[in-house]
Amino acid sequence: MNSIFAKRRARLLAMKAIRDNYVPSGRLVSCPHCGQESERKAVAQGLSVCPKCGYHFPIGAYYRLSTILDPGSFRELHEKLPAGDPLSFPGYREKLSAAQRKTGLTEAAITAAGAIGGCKCVVGVLDSRFLMGSMSAAVGEKITLAIEYAAKNKLPLVLFAASGGARMQEGILSLMQMAKTSAALARFSAKGLLYISVLTEPTTGGVTASFASLGDIILAEPGALIGFAGPRVIQQTIGQTLPEGFQRAEFQEKHGFVDAVVPRTEMRDTLSQLLRLHQRGGLS
Amino acid sequence: MNIRTAAERVAIARHPQRPHITDYIQALFTDFFEQRGDRLCGEDPAVLGGIALYHGRPVTIVGTRKGKTLEENLQCNFGMPNPEGYRKALRLMRQAEKFRRPVITFIDTSGAYPGLGAEERGQGEAIARNLMEMSRLTVPVIAVITGEGNSGGALALAVADRVLMLENAVYAILSPEGFASILWKDAARHGEACELMHLTAPDLLRMQVIDGVIPEPAGGAHTAPTAAMRTVDRCLYRHLAELSKESGATLAAARYQKFRRMGAPIQSGQKEEL
Repeated sequence: MNSIFAKRRARLLAMKAIRDNYVPSGRLVSCPHCGQESERKAVAQGLSVCPKCGYHFPIGAYYRLSTILDPGSFRELHEKLPAGDPLSFPGYREKLSAAQRKTGLTEAAITAAGAIGGCKCVVGVLDSRFLMGSMSAAVGEKITLAIEYAAKNKLPLVLFAASGGARMQEGILSLMQMAKTSAALARFSAKGLLYISVLTEPTTGGVTASFASLGDIILAEPGALIGFAGPRVIQQTIGQTLPEGFQRAEFQEKHGFVDAVVPRTEMRDTLSQLLRLHQRGGLS
Repeated sequence: MNIRTAAERVAIARHPQRPHITDYIQALFTDFFEQRGDRLCGEDPAVLGGIALYHGRPVTIVGTRKGKTLEENLQCNFGMPNPEGYRKALRLMRQAEKFRRPVITFIDTSGAYPGLGAEERGQGEAIARNLMEMSRLTVPVIAVITGEGNSGGALALAVADRVLMLENAVYAILSPEGFASILWKDAARHGEACELMHLTAPDLLRMQVIDGVIPEPAGGAHTAPTAAMRTVDRCLYRHLAELSKESGATLAAARYQKFRRMGAPIQSGQKEEL
């Protein structure tokens, strides 16, 4: 019985991951970083990393999950949580519908229970294709529910951030999600549970200034833009051009805000290792 | 209360003569001792903090400082804190918890400073840490938004049991100019943004984002500062008396629940699939 469900779940995630596949159609894909063209198949097989320069293409949430979860372990959480328009902001509903049509997602966050390398865990992923992965009330709620689910079931938590920051159209309620998610993590942490935060392109604004920066362990994908204020705002403020590599993952590692920069191809193994290292305390 | 447009309130909130944190400290507290430094690497004058007596009782005060003269403005970076400011604030709040002092914060900032150094020293991390730690403080925390409260830079001092706003203060995700420029690529449409953002005290009270509105004299707090201070004092005193009856654990639990509810669809907070 169990294996039938597992197979079905594996198939479900595989289907969603394919739909998510971010690599544009056509036989050749050109890399926005090095400008060189590669076979579409080679890029897709290499987890959407440019075979020439190692640039990490942004990827969708289900595809991300399919690259790290054990086959058949995927079980989506709070799938039906709806998107909202709390301020009745003009034109926002249309924007939401357009994003939903484009991505097949209801909102910018997907959360799931699953396993990595045999270790059970809860994983949340933001999807930058959905209104820049911005933090709406629904995103904040979904992340918080995932944190609470992990706390209740004593499971480690892995969150992949990919967000331009606040969802403007939800105003102050977007801001409040920063407090809500951070407070939920305080409770989670007090239970002695592990939270791994993975920062991907881009992690900025309110997401950086809340759950993304609060991991016990913080990993980042190579080249990811990570910061509080966006580069454009900083440039306007200080009136000079920013140094090369400013706010990139490697910069954040150098300045002490990231434990390790981990390429996508090694992410699964790294997470698996970290989860194993936390399976029991050193004193027990 | 007066009926004003959101844009009019923004103008009053930014009025140069509007009372500053130093005015509040002088009018409402005695024996103020300023504490400086984050004990990690620096001191940020954009955040002012210390210990004082409030009606004879020790409290910790933390708040953003804009400065009154141009020289002070420059020194205080126009009230836009760097990470050191937030880390100092956290240090003082933890100390307040140690010595069982209530925390009172005063907020008037256009936001956290978006500078090169601020990014290098972890502005995002500093704010995030404050949100997390404030949510579980076991002493009463009251935040008073006196002027502008913008972005995570304001929220980092406002995870409080009671968030109070002066009648003409504003509290928002970012400045109306920034909002208009992000959403419509046109900062000149800030007037329009003001009306859509729900950033006024009455709006936010209705949305249960804040817990109370402190009335101002008819022309705004700057037109009759003494009267304004008296009202602030009365409100603060009442809320502090209420909170002081609760145990630390009860306070932290209630504070958690208050923020937990924000933006949650009805009932979904309790429901769990699977």
